[in-house]
Amino acid sequence: MVQVRLGGSLQSYSGGRGSFEIEGATIGQILAGLGEACPRLKPLLEQGVAVAVDGQIYRGSLLQPVRPDAEVFILPKLAGG
Amino acid sequence: MPLDQSAKPNAFSKVGTRPLRPDGIDKVTGRARFGADMNAPGMLIGRVLRSPHAHARIRSIDASEAEALPGVKAVVTAADFPDRQDEFRDVLVNVMARDKALYDGHAVAAVAATSAGIARKALSLIKVDYEVLPHVIDVEAAMLPDAPILHDTMFTKGVEPTPTKPSNVAARLEFGRGDVAAGFAEADVVIEKTFRTEATHQGYIEPHACLASVGSDGQGELWVCTQGHFMVRDTCAALLGMDISKLRVTASEIGGGFGGKTTVFIEPVALALSRKAGRPVKLVMSRGEVFRASGPTASTSIRVKMGIRKDGRITAGEAELKYQGGAFPGSPVEMGAMSAFACYELENVHVVGYDVVTNRPKQAAYRAPGAPMSAFAVEGVVNDLAERIGMDPIDLRLKNAAKEGTRSAYGPTFGPIGLIETLKAVKSHPHYKKKLGPNQGRGVACGFWFNFGGQTCVSLNINIDGTVALAVGTPDIGGSRASMCLMAAEELGIPYDRVRAIIADTSSLGFNDVTDGSRVTFASGMATIKAARDAVQKLCARAAAIWGIPEDAVVWEEGAARPAGPNAGAFPPLTLREIAAMAPKTGGPIAGHCEFNAENAGPSFASHLVDVEVDPETGRTTVLRYLVAQDAGKAVHPAYVEGQFQGGAAQGVGWALNEEYIYGADGRLQNPGFLDYRIPVASDLPMIDTVIVEVPNPGHPYGVRGVGETSIVPPLAAVANAVSHATGIRFTELPMSPPRVLHAMDARRMAQAAE
Amino acid sequence: MAARHVRTTINGDAVEFVCEADEALLDVLRDRLALTGAKEGCGTGDCGACSVMLDDRLVCSCLVLGVEAEGRKIETIEGMARGGELHPLQRKFLEHAALQCGICTPGFLVAARALLERNPDPTETEVRFWLAGNLCRCTGYDKIVRAVMDAAAELREGRHAA
Ligand code: FES
Ligand code: FES
Repeated sequence: MVQVRLGGSLQSYSGGRGSFEIEGATIGQILAGLGEACPRLKPLLEQGVAVAVDGQIYRGSLLQPVRPDAEVFILPKLAGG
Repeated sequence: MPLDQSAKPNAFSKVGTRPLRPDGIDKVTGRARFGADMNAPGMLIGRVLRSPHAHARIRSIDASEAEALPGVKAVVTAADFPDRQDEFRDVLVNVMARDKALYDGHAVAAVAATSAGIARKALSLIKVDYEVLPHVIDVEAAMLPDAPILHDTMFTKGVEPTPTKPSNVAARLEFGRGDVAAGFAEADVVIEKTFRTEATHQGYIEPHACLASVGSDGQGELWVCTQGHFMVRDTCAALLGMDISKLRVTASEIGGGFGGKTTVFIEPVALALSRKAGRPVKLVMSRGEVFRASGPTASTSIRVKMGIRKDGRITAGEAELKYQGGAFPGSPVEMGAMSAFACYELENVHVVGYDVVTNRPKQAAYRAPGAPMSAFAVEGVVNDLAERIGMDPIDLRLKNAAKEGTRSAYGPTFGPIGLIETLKAVKSHPHYKKKLGPNQGRGVACGFWFNFGGQTCVSLNINIDGTVALAVGTPDIGGSRASMCLMAAEELGIPYDRVRAIIADTSSLGFNDVTDGSRVTFASGMATIKAARDAVQKLCARAAAIWGIPEDAVVWEEGAARPAGPNAGAFPPLTLREIAAMAPKTGGPIAGHCEFNAENAGPSFASHLVDVEVDPETGRTTVLRYLVAQDAGKAVHPAYVEGQFQGGAAQGVGWALNEEYIYGADGRLQNPGFLDYRIPVASDLPMIDTVIVEVPNPGHPYGVRGVGETSIVPPLAAVANAVSHATGIRFTELPMSPPRVLHAMDARRMAQAAE
Repeated sequence: MAARHVRTTINGDAVEFVCEADEALLDVLRDRLALTGAKEGCGTGDCGACSVMLDDRLVCSCLVLGVEAEGRKIETIEGMARGGELHPLQRKFLEHAALQCGICTPGFLVAARALLERNPDPTETEVRFWLAGNLCRCTGYDKIVRAVMDAAAELREGRHAA
């Protein structure tokens, strides 16, 4: 189980819940599990989110392995200029 | 794959030097070809008809007279772009208005004709029947319950239960942690203020321009100035219903973007015109069109409340951010909210944000989108907190600064970051000790930007003469080709001038994300390094084959393959040039490739210091001195890193002092030109000092961080703090143009006289 | 509107062209003569990207009519380097990294040369005010001003040596 926390505005879509225990060994599996656990988040997760694993931000790496004790934050989609 | 961090920073021989850029001669001789510099045989000239109304229903469009005008070869309207409901819907509607014109300047039709004069005439013959609707320009006004509604189908997201009444608030967001009420209770001083910023334009000197050509076989070519030609290709293909493979997009030299060229405006229109006319069409925006119809940034209203103990420890931070992003959802409020308190170690944070639509052009990204405004508000309050408790503003920031291991206000824990180093650099700089004269003031502010990586491809070909052709897929706005050549040369161990980088078109390379998020030197740089290492591996393999020894018995050092040790055999080194010369006869060409998605871009922090003098007679602010200290991780080409620092600071000074979108009561933009929308000129600015801090980014083999965006985050606040210091009046509204400053000073004089 | 026939000199060469009476010199240079070094940043005289010399006077070519070139002498960025040899200003712009995107560069170079021809030893303030009609959005002007000052110094030395 990985402790997954919601960052930025995502809590507005989880009924205020900020943290979930999710089964998953990769970012993709964690996002899938999170979508199951909180269906209202699913469309946002599908549109694309950023995932911070131990402080490193991933925007497109579903296959990235995640250790069970990693710090995982799901952040809203981010873009630059 | 773990990154090879073995290259020690002091082992660099090319990276960190300042060679001339490969595209330099072209650009100083006028030979470089930008968006509008390309022509094609049989080319037509395109022009766009734009709505003069801020908000109007389009009852009908009659283009028959225009179509009948001799020399007119095509007219297009929304009817030429099939409607869709997917993620391209907003860009589709922005490119060509459908049932409503949503802002002054919104495209409603376009023509292609044999000359610019005929095209202009044709526009005047198109009859659009508008039903003018009430409009709304201001962010706060747009949020009122009785405001004119832009989209009947928009219901505020992020509130439960989902509202049933449409609203101009596209989304509400909220996040935080800890207990802000307890934090404020613990504070000795609490300050709460509301700040406002105006919309500003990226102000690139080159207007949007493209040359489109679609044949009767449905194959298309597009030449365009853009920050992302792959994005242009995919978006245009979707809007026009083309296969992606049928559209080849070539990125011209680009005359500035700053985020404003990360989307499409005229490109799909030019393609549609060309398809209809069966001839190439050139479409170039006028400066007025650039202002009226391409991306300004959001205007904002931001309330910030922060508490501090007498010992200088910040106890809580709260913010409410309202950002209008023009006629479509997507203002950068989310990023503004997440970056607002990112510079500080805070236990108690609470942030609420609103993404609001108004009758203005759809905002486009502008350098660290969303962050300069929230930093303006937060850094203003931090400045006042320091004043109230009588603490040096840098010491206060040092005491609360985020560092490695700090849990950021927006969630994740920071890795190695350089905020403290930038603050110390400012504090120890001679500038900080300079005496101030009368009417002069000093301001400090910090800034943060996330930085991004993204999808990237690079191809590196070894030529028979030992030179190297490097194909990169990210348009070069600020000298990135020089940095790419440096990194390739570093890896290959050959002179810088043996590598030549080009920006490849969309058919020559795999997908590349747009040049945004300060990603190029980081991501394309990393791809270049990986491609070079791939080539080195093949060069070593080739040498091994020539020598008849195992591949792993060969190493690459100083531009040559060498036997790994005495056991490998005694062979004289084979240089890159020698292997390249033998390549045709020893197995064929050698090339290195990298296709990947760069992650872990590593945030960049900056601290800015500015001295100003405010003329009490006119309210005019003169910038006397400016210092930027920013973390670059590792500066690949320091001259261009400094250039990014200086350019961002200058844009921020403009935003702080002069630049603003001014709307009339009719909802029309009053200042769509460089005369009335005044960006800083050479005589407005002093030299801009820079300090490059280098705290290596663990996500990059050389430690590189993006630098392009953070530099615009602190200046709004730094200048406002300096003007406030000089005048003794806290300024909370931008721009601090002479009339506004004078008005505030007069008001104070009057109040003092009344006492 | 009847087209006009114009005879002029551009970068030392005799040139003839045909243009509309209301056509800007900038458009003539770019669209009819393929001299695209001068850029259009605004078309209203506010950005200086279109700077050229007209009879030794610095002008915004977007504000000059093509027909006004009749019998006169035009110099553009394309004529600045002599053969393969860059003008010292061009060289200094490269050495000082005084360009990022480079769209403003031709205008700055033409304007800076006009300055140095009048005033070989300008102060920083004089450089800044002379170039105030040229907009650059990328650089913050720091490196541009340094490049111009450095080129001025080199040109002065060259003059002494000669
Ligand atoms: S194009 Fe002539 S001054 Fe801007
Ligand atoms: S270098 Fe881009 S505008 Fe000057």
